[in-house]
Amino acid sequence: MHELGIVFHIIRSVEEVGRQNGVSQVNAVTLELGEVSGVLEDYLQDCWNWAASKSDMLRGAKLQVVVIPAKTLCENCGCVYPTVAHGRTCPACGSGKTHLIQGNETMIRDITVPEEEEPEPPEPPAGTAL
Amino acid sequence: MDKVKVLEIKQSVFASNDREADAMRHALKEKGVFLLNLMSSPGSGKTTTLRRTIEALKDELRIGVMEADIDSDVDAKAIAETGAKAIQLHTGGMCHLDAGMTRQGLEGLGLEDVDLAILENVGNLVCPAEFDTGAVKNAMILSVPEGHDKPLKYPLMFTVCDVVLVNKIDVMPYFDFDMEKCREYVLMRNPNAKIIPICARTGEGIDQWADWLRAEVAAWKNKDTM
Repeated sequence: MHELGIVFHIIRSVEEVGRQNGVSQVNAVTLELGEVSGVLEDYLQDCWNWAASKSDMLRGAKLQVVVIPAKTLCENCGCVYPTVAHGRTCPACGSGKTHLIQGNETMIRDITVPEEEEPEPPEPPAGTAL
Repeated sequence: MDKVKVLEIKQSVFASNDREADAMRHALKEKGVFLLNLMSSPGSGKTTTLRRTIEALKDELRIGVMEADIDSDVDAKAIAETGAKAIQLHTGGMCHLDAGMTRQGLEGLGLEDVDLAILENVGNLVCPAEFDTGAVKNAMILSVPEGHDKPLKYPLMFTVCDVVLVNKIDVMPYFDFDMEKCREYVLMRNPNAKIIPICARTGEGIDQWADWLRAEVAAWKNKDTM
């Protein structure tokens, strides 16, 4: 429903982390998306392609989505069941006192960036006092 | 193939917005400005309720209103008629406001002569609930024709709201709206929610709503810590 807004926030966060790490180009972004986060991957990808092309750091970057299955815990009988199949009512005991334990994530897991060409700065010579 | 490396981020998509929203609440606190985020479906009576709210409080509080819509300035004009300071924000197609957009709106409104700033969010029960605008309190309007089952269908909206105004109670006889069920469903999602039945058209219930708002504004101005 609000995929474009989500995409803008992902781009802003990734650009911030990129700048802190001296990154100029990002190849891919991995996003953990809960099954009941309300975010639809197809729409997200469409928005991503459009918005990423407008960012110097993210132009051409892929958005990789890892879906986190939704699970609900029944407070009455302790059973953990798949949320999408059964909703808020526990399939084991019929109680409505349940809460979601995972599946609502919209989390930026990591970014993939090109390895720098130049070698790492040399280690300081042994024995040098800091 | 070129060598790549992976940088772990592990950060919620909403984290940067949440930080910006918290920073804004601190800034509002310093200035002594109370920001209310008002949300609802399109057509639930946000603008009419606001006009009534302004009438009830305009002699005690300096009120500024930001009207957020995808397009048009009809709402800002309607509010300006009440004498309150009003600006129109265009979201350019976006279905909600986030903290950054709200900050820009507050800058446009100007806070020097405002005690109570009200953000009329985009008419939508889904997206606005996801994004913290930096408001001190969230309120939403559920109107009778929408039905008492809305808290079940849009749980997050009812979870984030401090107050639910049930509007258009004058037409209850014509709809299958069950106020008791409505209360039950709202409290199921949010046991701390305050529910106030109102009729913005006739003014019924507006006193109780104005009392709540007046007390919250006073508490925010006097409170030492957040």
